[in-house]
Amino acid sequence: MDAKVETRTGEGRDNAEREALDQAVTRPMIGNEALARGAWEAGVRIAAAYPGTPSTEIMEFLGTYPVGDVHVQWSTNEKVSLDVAIGGSFAGVRSMTAMKHVGLNVASDALMSQAYIGVNGGLVLVVCDDPGIHSSQNEQDTRMFARFAQVPVLEPSDAQEAMEFTRRAFDISEEFDTPVIVRSTTRLSHTRSPVTTTPRTDHEPLGFNEDTVKNVIIPAHARMAHPRVLEREAKLQKFFAAPEFTRWEEGGTEIGIITASTAYTYVKEVLPEASVLKLGSSYPLAIDRVREFYEAMDRVLVVEELEPVIEDAMNAAGMPVEGKAFFPRIGEFSPEVVREGLRKAGLLEGVEEDAPFAVTPTARPPVLCSGCPHITSYMAVRSVNARVTGDIGCYTLAAVDPLKAIDTCVSMGSSIGIAVGVAKAGLETKPIVATIGDSTFLHGGIPALIDAVYNDANITVMILDNHIVAMTGGQDHAGTGKTLRGEETHRVDFEEMVRACGVKSVKTIDSYDMAALYQALREAVEYKGVAVVISDRPCVLDPMKLKGSPLQVRADGCTACQSCMNLGCPSLGWSDEMLDGYHKVTIDETTCIGCSLCAQICPSDCIQPVSN
Amino acid sequence: MAAKTRKAATKPRSVLIVGVGGQGVIMMSKVLALVCQRQGLQVKQSEVHGMAKRGGGVFSHIRYGETVWSPTIPKGEADVLLAMEWAEGLRWLDFLRRDGGAFIADTKRIVPPFAFRSRKYGSQPIYSPEAPREVMEMVGSGFALDATKIATELGESRAANTVLLGVLSTALEFPVEDWQEVIAQNVPAKALEANKLAFEAGRDWADANRSAPMEERLKDLPGRDDRRAAEIAPKTVQFDITGEWCKGCDICVKMCPERCLRLNDEMIVELSDPEACTGCRICEWLCPDFAIRVRRVPALEPVA
Ligand SMILES: Cc1ncc(C[n+]2csc(CCOP(=O)(O)OP(=O)(O)O)c2C)c(N)n1
Ligand code: SF4
Ligand code: SF4
Ligand code: SF4
Ligand code: SF4
Ligand code: SF4
Repeated sequence: MDAKVETRTGEGRDNAEREALDQAVTRPMIGNEALARGAWEAGVRIAAAYPGTPSTEIMEFLGTYPVGDVHVQWSTNEKVSLDVAIGGSFAGVRSMTAMKHVGLNVASDALMSQAYIGVNGGLVLVVCDDPGIHSSQNEQDTRMFARFAQVPVLEPSDAQEAMEFTRRAFDISEEFDTPVIVRSTTRLSHTRSPVTTTPRTDHEPLGFNEDTVKNVIIPAHARMAHPRVLEREAKLQKFFAAPEFTRWEEGGTEIGIITASTAYTYVKEVLPEASVLKLGSSYPLAIDRVREFYEAMDRVLVVEELEPVIEDAMNAAGMPVEGKAFFPRIGEFSPEVVREGLRKAGLLEGVEEDAPFAVTPTARPPVLCSGCPHITSYMAVRSVNARVTGDIGCYTLAAVDPLKAIDTCVSMGSSIGIAVGVAKAGLETKPIVATIGDSTFLHGGIPALIDAVYNDANITVMILDNHIVAMTGGQDHAGTGKTLRGEETHRVDFEEMVRACGVKSVKTIDSYDMAALYQALREAVEYKGVAVVISDRPCVLDPMKLKGSPLQVRADGCTACQSCMNLGCPSLGWSDEMLDGYHKVTIDETTCIGCSLCAQICPSDCIQPVSN
Repeated sequence: MAAKTRKAATKPRSVLIVGVGGQGVIMMSKVLALVCQRQGLQVKQSEVHGMAKRGGGVFSHIRYGETVWSPTIPKGEADVLLAMEWAEGLRWLDFLRRDGGAFIADTKRIVPPFAFRSRKYGSQPIYSPEAPREVMEMVGSGFALDATKIATELGESRAANTVLLGVLSTALEFPVEDWQEVIAQNVPAKALEANKLAFEAGRDWADANRSAPMEERLKDLPGRDDRRAAEIAPKTVQFDITGEWCKGCDICVKMCPERCLRLNDEMIVELSDPEACTGCRICEWLCPDFAIRVRRVPALEPVA
C-alpha cells in the first residue's frame, strides 16, 4: 500500500456525510476497498477480522466508514473473528469477517457448525487466497473449503464485481439461510480498477431468533439440519444459473471456455473471440446451465486457478471435460500461463519466444528493517546454540542468512507446542527455544504455553514483543492498547499473562540491550521447566517510523572482520576498501536509524556516531 | 475449427514501473493511473504488497485503454518499462515489447544486503554487472539517466522521481497539462515548485536526448562493473590452539563472526569448521588467555 488506510473514530454519521457516501461515483479502488464497500452498502453492522495478507485492508477500509454504521474490530484470531460475526448474525444484524486463506483453517471449526445452523442476520466470510504464495505458507484453494463446508462461494473477477458480489452475498445468506464465502485472490485484492458505487441499504435489526433447535447444534438438531444443507445446495445450484452470476458470452461454438474469478480476465485477454461461460460461483455449481453450455459447444475447457473444483464437479456430473491437463494446479495464473495452456490444448499456435535479454539478475530477497528489534533477539538465540522452533511474522526472516537462527516454522502459534513435542521426544541435546511474536502469541500461543507448563516441558519461550502486527503492515492488537479505530483500550500485560499461565521464570528485556538479552536467555535455557523471556522493543517502522542519528564506520579502525555483517542490517554494506582480501564495512547514513546494534557487536570499536 | 487467431482489437497500453521498496513505485504508478483516468480510459493497476517494505523488489503493472482485461502485463508486451533502480530494471527487461518498447531506467544502484553474503576470500558484491551502455544498446529504445543527479542540480535531490515522470511523459501520448495537474495534486504544497521544475527538467532532458543518436546518449554512462572477475585465489588460514591455556570461557565461540568454533567435551576450544574460518583473528584478540593464534598465509599467485 502506498499510504496507510486511516480509520476513523468519533460520533455517528450526520446526514450530509451519509448523503455524500451514498452518491453514485466511479472511482478506482483496490479489490479490498471494493469488498469493504460492498459490505457497507449491504448494511453490514458487525465486522471483525484478524489481519493477513492479502486481506488486511478490507477491515481497515471498513473502518473508514462512520462508527454509527458499522462496528469494526480486530480480533485475536480468525476463529474469534468468525465467532464475533456469528454473534452479530444471531443478534439479527448483517455481519462479516475477513481473513486470508489460511485463516479459514483456524476459523473452520465454527464454520462447519454454522454451515448447519444457518443465519439470522446475513453472515459473510471474505476469504483471500494467495495463488503463487506471494506472502503465505501455502496456496490452498478456498473453494475446496466451501465445498467441504457446503456453503456457497462467490468469486468476483474484478473490483466492480467484488463490490457487487459482496453486497449480494448478504442477500443470499439470508434468503438461503447459510453463511456465504466471498473468495478473493491476491491479484484481485491488490488491483486497482474503477468501481461505480451504490447507496447503502440499512436493514431493520431482526432481533434474536430464540429458536434453540436451530441455534443449538447438538446431535439431535444436527441430524435435522444436515438434510436442509443438501436441499440448500440443490436450490443454490438453480439460483446461481441467473445471468447475474453465470454469464454466457457468445462466441463461436467450436470452443467454449468455462472460467471464474481473475482467470476470466486472462481468458478474455488471450482468447477474446471464444464463447465463455463466466461463473460467479464454483460451488454450488449451476450444473444445468453448465450442461447447456457444454452441449452447445464442440469442445469445452475449464480454466480455473489452483484446484480443479469446476472440472471435478463436471466430471462427476457426467460431463467429461479438460482443464488441468493444460492449466497448472500450482501458482498464480497470468495471460502467459493461460496462453501456454491454450497452446498445449492446440487452440493457439506457439509463438516464437524472443530469446531472453542476456542480463544477470540481482537477488533481492526481503530482509528485516535497519534496526529491527528482532535482529538482536535472534543474535541472542544463536549464542545459546539452541534448537529453535520459529513462528510466523517478520521475524521468520531470521531463518535465512545471515541470522539463520530458526529450525522450524509451521503455522501461527505452532512454535510452542512443537517445542514441547521436541522436548518430550527426549532426544535433543541442545536447549529448546520457541520464538514467537506478540500478535502470534495472542493468536495461538497461549493455549500452547499452558500446555507446556501443564506438562512440565523443559523449554524456553522467547516472546518478541514489538508492540504491533508488523508483517501485515502495522495493525493493532490486544497487546497494543489501541482498537482498530484507534481508540484507547486495555493493553495486555504479557508478563502478567505469562505468569497466569503458570510460568515461574519470566523476564522482560529491552531487545536493544544485547548483553542483557544474552544473559537472560542463557539463564532461561539453564532453568528447568518453562522459562519465558520477553524481548521488548517497538517495531521501528510501525506505527511510527523511528529514526535516530546514524552511525558511521571509522575505516582505519575496521578490520573487515564481518562481525557486524552477521546482523543482516540493510544499512550495513561493503565499502570499496579491502583489507587482506575482505571488504571493510560502511554504513548508509540515509537509512541507518542509529540503533547501535552494530556498534555493540563490533570487536574493534570502530562504529561511532557520525558527529565524532 | 478452433479459434486460432487473435483479433487485433485495440490493445491496451501497458507500463511497468519497478524499483525497490521505499522508492515510491506505487506513488509513481498512482500518478500515471490518474493521468490515464483523465483521458476517460479504463485503467487497471496491479501490485503485490507484503514484502515491499522489507527491502524487496516492488513492481506495479499499469494497463489502460478502451477495455482492459488482464490486470497484469503479459511478458513481452510492456510499452514502457520504467525502472527506478538499475538491477530491478534488468530483472523485468523481458516484459518489454521487442518492437520498440521503451526502457526508461534510472542508473541508480541499490545494492541489497544479500550481495554481501559471501565470506570467500576476495569476494565482491553480487550485483548485475551489465552497464547501462551495453544494456541500452541491446534494448535499442529508451533512456538511461541519473535522475538524482539531474534533481540535485536543480537543488532538490528528493525530486528525482518527478524527473523520471517527466521523461516518462514524453514516451506516452497524454497532454502535458494533465501530468502537471496530477503531480500538483499529489505532492506536498511546499515541494510543489521543486517538483514542477523537476518534471520540466525530465522532459527537457528527454527531448534533448531523443534526437541525439544512441551513441551520443550513451557516452557519459558508466561501463561494465566486472569486479567479480577479479576474484583473488583462495588464501589459507593457519590456526593454532594451545589447549592447556584454554579455560573454556566461551568468549571466542560467541564472538567468532563465522561461528566456526566450539568447545569440545573437555571444554577446550576447537575449530569446528575450518572451511568457514576467514582468519579474521577476532578469537585471537579476544581470548583472555592467549590460547589461540591465527595467521593468514599469504595468498597464492592468482590462478588463471
Ligand atoms: C492463520 C494465519 N493468519 C494470519 C496470517 C498472516 N500473518 C502472518 S504473520 C502475522 C502476524 C505477525 O505478528 P507478530 O507475531 O506480532 O510478529 P511481527 O510481524 O510483528 O514481527 C500474520 C497476521 C497467517 N500467516 N496465518
Ligand atoms: S516492520 Fe518492524 S518488525 Fe518487521 S522487519 Fe521492520 S522493524 Fe522489524
Ligand atoms: S546503528 Fe548499525 S545496526 Fe543500527 S541501523 Fe545503523 S547500521 Fe544498522
Ligand atoms: S564489526 Fe567492526 S571491525 Fe568488524 S567489519 Fe564491522 S565495522 Fe569492521
Ligand atoms: S579467526 Fe577466529 S574468530 Fe575469525 S573466523 Fe576464524 S575462528 Fe572465527
Ligand atoms: S576465549 Fe580463549 S580461553 Fe576462552 S574458550 Fe576461547 S580459547 Fe578458550
